[in-house]
Amino acid sequence: MSSFRKVILTTALLAMAGMAMAQSEKYPGLGRVATPKEVAKWDIDVRPDFKGLPAGSGSVAKGQDVWEGKCAHCHGIFGESNEVFSPLVGGTTAEDIKTGRVANLTRQDFPGRTTLMKVATVSTLWDYINRAMPWTNPKTLSTEEVYAVTAFLLNLGGIVPDDFTLSDKNIAEVQKRMPNRNGMTTAHAMWPGKEFGGASRPDTANTICMKDCMPEPKLASVLPEFARNAHGNLAEQNRLVGQQHGADTTRPEGKNTTTAPPASAVPAPKADNSEAKAAVALLNKYSCTACHGVDKKVVGPGFNEIAKKHPGKTDYLAGKIKAGGAGVWGPVPMPPQSLPEADAKAIAAWIAKGASK
Amino acid sequence: MKEDHIPSGRVLKAPENFLSQEGIRTVFAEGKKGRRDFIRNAFAAAAAGAAMPMAMGQGNPVPTEGGDPNILNLPEHATGLGQGVASDNGYGKPSKFETNVQRRQSPGLTQTTQASVSFAPLQSLFGIVTPSGLHFERHHQGWWDIDPSKHRFMVNGMVKKPMVFTMDEIMRLPSVSRFHFIECGANTAVDWGNVAVPTVQYTHGMVSCSEFTGVPLITLLELAGADLKNGKFVLAEGGDGSSMTRTIPMSLITSGEVLVAYGQNGEMLRPENGYPLRLVVPGVQGVSWVKYLRRVEVGDMPWAAKDEAIHYIDLQPDGLHRQYSSIQECKSVVTTPSGGQVLLDKGFYNITGLAWSGKGKIKRVDVSVDGGRNWRQARLETPVLSKCLTRFNLDWVWDGKPAIIQSRAQDETGYVQPTYKQLRAVRGTRSIYHNNAIQSWLVQENGEVKNVQLS
Repeated sequence: MSSFRKVILTTALLAMAGMAMAQSEKYPGLGRVATPKEVAKWDIDVRPDFKGLPAGSGSVAKGQDVWEGKCAHCHGIFGESNEVFSPLVGGTTAEDIKTGRVANLTRQDFPGRTTLMKVATVSTLWDYINRAMPWTNPKTLSTEEVYAVTAFLLNLGGIVPDDFTLSDKNIAEVQKRMPNRNGMTTAHAMWPGKEFGGASRPDTANTICMKDCMPEPKLASVLPEFARNAHGNLAEQNRLVGQQHGADTTRPEGKNTTTAPPASAVPAPKADNSEAKAAVALLNKYSCTACHGVDKKVVGPGFNEIAKKHPGKTDYLAGKIKAGGAGVWGPVPMPPQSLPEADAKAIAAWIAKGASK
Repeated sequence: MKEDHIPSGRVLKAPENFLSQEGIRTVFAEGKKGRRDFIRNAFAAAAAGAAMPMAMGQGNPVPTEGGDPNILNLPEHATGLGQGVASDNGYGKPSKFETNVQRRQSPGLTQTTQASVSFAPLQSLFGIVTPSGLHFERHHQGWWDIDPSKHRFMVNGMVKKPMVFTMDEIMRLPSVSRFHFIECGANTAVDWGNVAVPTVQYTHGMVSCSEFTGVPLITLLELAGADLKNGKFVLAEGGDGSSMTRTIPMSLITSGEVLVAYGQNGEMLRPENGYPLRLVVPGVQGVSWVKYLRRVEVGDMPWAAKDEAIHYIDLQPDGLHRQYSSIQECKSVVTTPSGGQVLLDKGFYNITGLAWSGKGKIKRVDVSVDGGRNWRQARLETPVLSKCLTRFNLDWVWDGKPAIIQSRAQDETGYVQPTYKQLRAVRGTRSIYHNNAIQSWLVQENGEVKNVQLS
């Protein structure tokens, strides 16, 4: 080390020491400097200018493999599934890729809005897949897998060709083909700062009128009769006492629907079913409920449906939980689950007995 | 009983038809002689006498047997020994008679419980504070109960030194406690197009209000030597599976309003609300109040995170999406009477509701019972705080005829909550987020209240 570099280093150290002291004057002893290793582990965000994007690449073909193994059971083989989450792909055209505006967004009658119709920035896809996918095992994809899955999605949307390999070198070029890249605006007054130079005034301007403000009001939209009880009995969703009670929506609306239960009617406590409680706790622990409802189909069949089909077959069900599979309930595969044998058995036994709540 | 314990001239003045001084003396004198029945009979007769004139013209008439059995037959709790202290494992619960008051999912809204919403029961709440166990929930990837001794908070990016803090260290820093509302940007989303759900729990239940305790984020940024001039934006990131990220403007942080909070209503945050650490961004939609907060990064441009580039963007009629639309504009709703409730009878009611604004204090609230033709100014109950729920009340006598009840709030900037007509004229009906339109409740002749929208 030359003496010149020594001087610079010493100066830098002194400056650091000075800074540390300046901090400690106010709150001595609180916080420490994060190590580069710590920052690298947590600082995973990728910005629209691709700051934070790790070097690497992944092909559409590789992406398809990853997709079918880890993504398709929620998002569908072609990213089209609308069963659990909104569809990712669809609604964009080759013309949109040219203009950067998704034409279907201007149509009032277009039914859905897919991710590719909305997202303007390809960095968003990479960042989110990397940080939060797969849903039940976030942050477990390799950098190559994230590139590959992103490439596969872009390919489904016709943004990149079948033989494409997405990388940190070409991602900026891909950005120029995003179908809705020109579809965002910050010209509004709802950002709590001046950074975007948006509108300074709110977009509506109601006034305070107190008397004869409008003609006789007309009802434009009323809760449909079938929806009256769609959220359950509303009598049970209001306090037993008060200036109003809840309407008993299990009965048709009458001339006078003051049918609230008497104040002493304590809702009956649910029977203590500790075996079911333990099983449901395990279902939550191992994220089973991400795909299976206790009493309804989600991605896979409801536990009630499985119980009906396989009564008493504890060992068979425990094996299925561990091994996964497809075909019994449809083509969507269930990935193999890694959980202790005893827990798999406990869940299986609960299903075999009828999957009671 | 000693002579000096006999009540004398210091007895509180008895109500009419109750026992006189003389009567009390007689009763106690008789009691001393062992005639307890005399005491019981004397008080029972007095109570029955008192009830007579009050019962006239009320919905609580005197039964034919001459008195309400709830008064005449003393219940177990008046004649037995109650329960001891610190039961329920040392953490008290609401009365068993309150089990109807729950946060609830809206059936069919989401397919899983981990990426879902539960709505706060606004129809049953008083004042402005939401009990922590009834606070609305919005999880993107399930909730966790995180060991606070292992939780870390990092500051990096455009700072002199990236730093990490333990919970112990964060809780040693000077703290502030402030009441603020938090509202999901998608609150009232289902009613953008038309009426879809029956009660205020489901129309407006994604708003809650708590006293939050924590450290102003600016304190932690200054500790790390953040570049407050060029670092115009801050990314907040969660430590859970979804690792939610949102961009916050530095100008809001330097104002001192943004908190790194650990306290909620006098205790720690609930796990469902981000235990042990969450960001508090007053006035801004809930998605920015990142839960399980693990990191903030100072930068010079916004991040276009998933929840600011795919969700939480507002589609406008021209096909453009409003991006970074964050402020929850002035809004109010009548919580009683509201959808799904039944008025018990004609007569007096206290119309009550909540108002809030992401831009400051509520200035006034007006209430209409004729669908917006005529309005009366409601009473604002204290406290009236900035970016906080404000409770309003208005006296009302229901004549038994159909009534359409609305509330209209104005905040301190002068902005007045819009009608659906005004809002849709600008933003159409597909915006999903930031529906702050005036809500209408139709009180029918049969007393049942319905969610309606006017043309």
